[in-house]
Amino acid sequence: MSLTLLNVIVAVVIAIAFAAANAAYLVWAERRGAARIQRRPGPNINGPFGLLQPPLDGIKLMTKQLMIPGGADKILFMVAPVLAMAPAIMSFVTIPFSEGIAAHNMELGVLVIFAFASMGAMAILFAGWGSRNKYSVMASVRAVSQNVSYEIPMLITAITVVMTTGSMDLKMISMAQSGGFWHWNIFPSLQSPLMPISFIIFFICSLAETNRAPFDLGEAESELVAGFHTEYGSMGFGLFFMGEYANIVIGASLTTILFLGGWDCPFGMFPGVWWFLLKIYLLIATFIWIRWTFPRTTIYGLLNLSWKILIPISLFNLLLTAGLLKVF
Amino acid sequence: MNPSMAITEAPGLFTADGLTGLIFLVMMAVTLIGGLIACTAERLVRSVAGLVVCFIGVAALYYFLNSPFVALMQILIYVGAVCITIAFAIMLAAPEENKKNGPAGPLSGPLAFITAGIVTIGLIVMAMRAKFTSLPKVNGGTVKEIGIQFLTSYSMVFELISIVLLIAIIGALVIARAGRSK
Repeated sequence: MSLTLLNVIVAVVIAIAFAAANAAYLVWAERRGAARIQRRPGPNINGPFGLLQPPLDGIKLMTKQLMIPGGADKILFMVAPVLAMAPAIMSFVTIPFSEGIAAHNMELGVLVIFAFASMGAMAILFAGWGSRNKYSVMASVRAVSQNVSYEIPMLITAITVVMTTGSMDLKMISMAQSGGFWHWNIFPSLQSPLMPISFIIFFICSLAETNRAPFDLGEAESELVAGFHTEYGSMGFGLFFMGEYANIVIGASLTTILFLGGWDCPFGMFPGVWWFLLKIYLLIATFIWIRWTFPRTTIYGLLNLSWKILIPISLFNLLLTAGLLKVF
Repeated sequence: MNPSMAITEAPGLFTADGLTGLIFLVMMAVTLIGGLIACTAERLVRSVAGLVVCFIGVAALYYFLNSPFVALMQILIYVGAVCITIAFAIMLAAPEENKKNGPAGPLSGPLAFITAGIVTIGLIVMAMRAKFTSLPKVNGGTVKEIGIQFLTSYSMVFELISIVLLIAIIGALVIARAGRSK
């Protein structure tokens, strides 16, 4: 009993450390990637390749004064950044990084991650409303309507994968795809011939769920100053940033587990945590690449894409998979 | 411990029963505090925040009662969907939350107290008189078993709920259509 408790505590501490380290160095990767795409050097002064930039940024953010606008709803304003970060950490606990490395593998892993991800929208709403700033409110309404509408196709696609595997356990889903890349869920199978389309839908939805370009309507700086975090400075802003990058890592991990075989090696050799990390960082690199090469969509285009294209396709895919599972 | 047996003495704090009781009390406190915030907050958005806290407390209780599926559904649906929808409704409908309601009638305070008192006493009396028996564990609470039950023993209930939800969706569409043509 006490040993399991100790295990959980150690796992939670590692999850927090992993999330924080990722958040810090993904910001660096993002800035370097952006700079490369825009043909400028990017942060390269502090340390080799600018690698000391993230800790210095952290020190700067933490030593700044915490400013709360006069008209703001103080409690909601203070709670929102914490609420943005906490569910992301909670989701990390269930992600299996390899066969042996999972903090607390749950039978309902997929559901746990979706449940905690849906709490992130509350943080954005509270941040926008608590700031008492019209740009923040508009940005938060946009971001939340986007989150809510993209959650639906994402869940339906995840259900398709769960149906073909017959389990909601993230570990089981990964293990079912082991033994070479031709077993991965991304490739069409007899039961589910539209899997590549599912993967594309899931990827688009995870871009939209994490408020990344080309779907970063909640942070359209030309229309909304900065977005729902306009009024936040110092570590409040820092927490929103960390939450966003933690969510990106979770989205990439979930995509890897559901479609790319988790920790499985493409050629059936040395499966392990390194393959998992390689896959999620390749996905994150794609996220960054997309962000700096695509222009931002409009809010109507964004919502139409979800309600008129992605949801019908994913529903059709679900029905097709259900029928074929019955046949085969 | 036999649950039907009356508890004569409180278990020690650091025994398994004591810690379970403590965790249960914490969950109850979270639920109650959330509910109180939801009822008494002057700003509507804070009421929604209280509701979120209350729902999370209820979800914790479900988890405590060994049904993680219901707990996660509580978070996914009530926190992730219902509260968000309520918050949207507030943002669209009430731009000014400082509006005070008119003074309530002179009887409203005492009446509210009397009603609440009667309900509370009634519930306490019922709880004291009821005989708590431990029921056999039906299944492990796994998703698979819940799904099988839904589509066999309780398929009628399941279908009726789907029809209610379908009617709600159609009703919402009808109202939205009418609003758009104006």
